[in-house]
Amino acid sequence: MILFFLSSGLFLGWSLGGNDAANVFGTAVGTKMVKFRTAALIASIFLILGAVISGAGASHTLGKLGAVNAIGGAFMVAFAAAFTVFMMTRLQLPVSTSQAIVGAIIGWNLFSHTQTDYNSLVKIVSTWVMSPILAAVFSALLYLLLKLILKKWKLSIFRLDSYTRIALIVVGAFGAYSLGANNIANVMGVFVPVSPFNDISIGNFFTVTGIQQLFFLGAIAISVGVFTYSYKVMKTVGAGVVKLTPQSALVVVLAESLVLFLFASSSVHDFLVSHNLPAFPLVPVSSSQLVIGAIIGIGLVQGGRNINFKILGRIASGWVTTPIIAALIAFIALFFLQNTFNIEVYKQKPAQQKVTLINRDSIKVKEKSENKKDEDMGNHNKKKVIANKIELKNHTS
Amino acid sequence: MLFKKTKSLEDRFNKFLNITSEAGIILFEGIKCYLENNEAEFEHFLDKLRKLEGDADSLRKEITTELYAKTLIPESRGDIFDLLETLDDVINQAKQTLIEFSIEIPVIPKVYNEDFIKLAEYAGNAVNQVVKATRKFINDPTDVEHNINKVYYWEKEADRQSEQLKRKVFKDTSIETLSMKFHMRYFALHIDMIADKAEDVADKLSIYAIKRSI
Repeated sequence: MILFFLSSGLFLGWSLGGNDAANVFGTAVGTKMVKFRTAALIASIFLILGAVISGAGASHTLGKLGAVNAIGGAFMVAFAAAFTVFMMTRLQLPVSTSQAIVGAIIGWNLFSHTQTDYNSLVKIVSTWVMSPILAAVFSALLYLLLKLILKKWKLSIFRLDSYTRIALIVVGAFGAYSLGANNIANVMGVFVPVSPFNDISIGNFFTVTGIQQLFFLGAIAISVGVFTYSYKVMKTVGAGVVKLTPQSALVVVLAESLVLFLFASSSVHDFLVSHNLPAFPLVPVSSSQLVIGAIIGIGLVQGGRNINFKILGRIASGWVTTPIIAALIAFIALFFLQNTFNIEVYKQKPAQQKVTLINRDSIKVKEKSENKKDEDMGNHNKKKVIANKIELKNHTS
Repeated sequence: MLFKKTKSLEDRFNKFLNITSEAGIILFEGIKCYLENNEAEFEHFLDKLRKLEGDADSLRKEITTELYAKTLIPESRGDIFDLLETLDDVINQAKQTLIEFSIEIPVIPKVYNEDFIKLAEYAGNAVNQVVKATRKFINDPTDVEHNINKVYYWEKEADRQSEQLKRKVFKDTSIETLSMKFHMRYFALHIDMIADKAEDVADKLSIYAIKRSI
């Protein structure tokens, strides 16, 4: 039964693996610099490592936005996100899993009357806007650096090919790790508060937490997506909307990977905070939008003035439309699941319990005061009775 | 493993370029020997050029097979394949020219020796420069334009020399038969075509250089 509830998240993971692995290895495979099998194997291994080792940061932020506390609700939230992604892809509208899942969580918040943490929401939305810009800046700088290095090293066409091939594999592995670390939150983040797994200790040295097991399962689904569906997408990316040289492709993937990593790594976050530097929020971001940002970055450095504002407009519209559609679908689907199948989609949340406690306290205070009142009233009555008795005595005497 | 393959590919490509360069020198020396009636030396150069052409063909096939079978430089292997083909055309043209001399044994009056030698020298220079340009392209495509311009320069010089030679031949009343004039024009054209083939390589190089600037 638990696996059934996790299935929507696993489906989301599969679709993420099928589509987003192309953002890491697409150009390398499409241009035949790296064989698909090699790319899929490396991507899968590093996606799993990234998800299990560094996946907690971004999912923590999603959890703050709305902690889905019933497994039925988590199932429906992931399903709503997956359905939104599927539907918008079919309609050829720009879509991102990160934005869909955030919308679906807000839909759950609305349904369960949970207050959405606006600080987290602002943090997440501003990251969506910031991340492609950061990718553009990184790719522009990396492009200039690579150009300088190539000018200095004067590599032969054959040698450059070998180095680029190795670099594409290394950077691709880093990209897969970062993608796993950043995007596992989209796939399994909503299941964290209701994780059915317990911690497993191997000897006294090593503990695999329940959340790590959950992320491992999600990462496996992503890997299955990589092996079963990403080849087609990689071929399309390689043939290219924009034709890139392998060296430019390397810059794009590196810039994308760095941004994904910065928005996923708790270690970098903690390091920056400990040195009183502004830290990057740990938020799942869209790898497709990072790729577009990185390509624009190279275009700007090359002196291109023909930035397609239509594409930028479509991305920006996705920031608004995707979460709204996902929220709407989630709300309707949760209503349907709760009222048709009588499945629990939310429990009393800690925040509400707190309210209840306060209410209980206030009730107690009220009770106390009323008791006191009663006591007072009693005393008053007693006093009154005594007074009456005295008065009566006086009268009789 | 990957670097070993790269090294072997680099070595074979360099060998191919050396052969092309040598073909340019042999063409010049062969024509010079022919004009000086040094038949034995001429045949020696012709044999040498035949052998070099065979070696170049084998190397070209080896490199192409390696590039496609092991999916090396997928981005530029089509360009490299074209480049090898066009360079091979230069070697073929040089060999063909010496073969024509050997078969048709054109009668060239001594007074035209200097003109033919000059033409062969300019064609040889174009071949030499195109080899240098290709080497430069392989190692640093951003700085190849200077070498390409040198190829264009020698090709134009060869054209100019060829035209002058032909005008001189057809104005020459001492050459009695038109067939002889045609024959001389035909050989001038043949030698000039070697420079034209070198120019074809330079044209391709200038396009590839733009493509390869990241």
